[in-house]
Amino acid sequence: MQVPILKQGAYLIATVQSALTDEDLRQLRDALVGQVSKVRARGVIVDVTALDVIDSFATRTLRDVAHMIRLRGAETVIVGIQPEVAFSMVKLGLSLEGVATALDLEEGLAYLNRKVKGTDHEVRTHR
Amino acid sequence: MSDVKELATPTERRLESTASLLRELVAHLTQQRAQLREEWAQLITEAKLLTAMTKEEIFAEATSVYDNYVEALETGTYEALQAYARNLSERIIPRGVETHEVVGIVLLLRDVLARSLFGKHRDDFNKLNRILDAYEPAANRIAITVAVGFVQERERIIREQQEAIRELSTPVLQVRERLLILPIIGVIDPQRARQLTEQLLRGIRTNRAKVVVLDITGVPYIDSAVANHLVQTVEAARLLGAIVIVTGLSPEIAQTLVNIGVDLGKMNTVGDLQGGIEEAERLLGYRVVLTQEPATPPA
Repeated sequence: MQVPILKQGAYLIATVQSALTDEDLRQLRDALVGQVSKVRARGVIVDVTALDVIDSFATRTLRDVAHMIRLRGAETVIVGIQPEVAFSMVKLGLSLEGVATALDLEEGLAYLNRKVKGTDHEVRTHR
Repeated sequence: MSDVKELATPTERRLESTASLLRELVAHLTQQRAQLREEWAQLITEAKLLTAMTKEEIFAEATSVYDNYVEALETGTYEALQAYARNLSERIIPRGVETHEVVGIVLLLRDVLARSLFGKHRDDFNKLNRILDAYEPAANRIAITVAVGFVQERERIIREQQEAIRELSTPVLQVRERLLILPIIGVIDPQRARQLTEQLLRGIRTNRAKVVVLDITGVPYIDSAVANHLVQTVEAARLLGAIVIVTGLSPEIAQTLVNIGVDLGKMNTVGDLQGGIEEAERLLGYRVVLTQEPATPPA
């Protein structure tokens, strides 16, 4: 199942809608890293609200995505990790070291807005 | 004695229909209802059982227990009795009735009825034997049903109360928009630690918290398993996009954390609760300003 990637202002938003295979994850990584400079995005949000399992491969891929995107000059934030998922990830030692996380899409946007503040591409959301 | 056994060995006795014997027994008990019930209530009072209840209440309960008892003997089904036992327990447990009292009154009833059977069949020893063979297993089963029903009800109440205490033991309080406080008092055992994690993560989600102050001033010590759990909770909260500030670490807890080699870069600690809240406000972008002289209490 492919993950749709939407462009919203200066940001790319990838919303995961169902469980992902390793292949899907690789595809998501490549698509995000490829598109980020194509559309000159300043930030990327990966919404994983729908995932009730995040395993070691998924964790590593998400971390790779974040680091690769930083190298391409944009910021990444992972949003919507469920409480149970968060705790089992930590139990398994799968912490997203060095990757920004936020509660939900709204928070993620707020985080990116803070990060890219002062540039022309600021996006405001309504509360 | 010996010829009685010859006449009716246990196998032979069993051949006679238990059901018909029980029918006869029930007819007798129904006929003698008023007298036996009175006798039983008397015995309960004498044995100083159910002291928490008045005489009238005892008599009323005795009547329903008696009727349910006879009904269970008659039908051979225990569901109605079970339901009644649960219902009875629900009513009398809050009044402080003890297990031994409930078991005691049921055994008293069993004995009263047995005595009455002795009286009725004293001339026909064989018949008495057969009736008792039919009566005893049923009576014992009734006693067990009632006792188990009572104990189960008590256990249910205890479980409910434990649950309530546990709920109370980890309150999640919102003190400002997006700022939660979790004051923890008392020893944290592994189960409580699990619950704490659950409450904290759920609290972050439902209150959309950005900063959580975990105050452990009231926790005297923690073992390394719980300390690890605490560190993992802080880490999990970060994955939800929240910052946890731990305040009020006692010297012992600080030592435990250092001993297990916690990466202190990940742990955000502040000396006391006030400092923790101030730090949290700073992180949230608040600035607390004194706008006027503090109010004095009205004269």
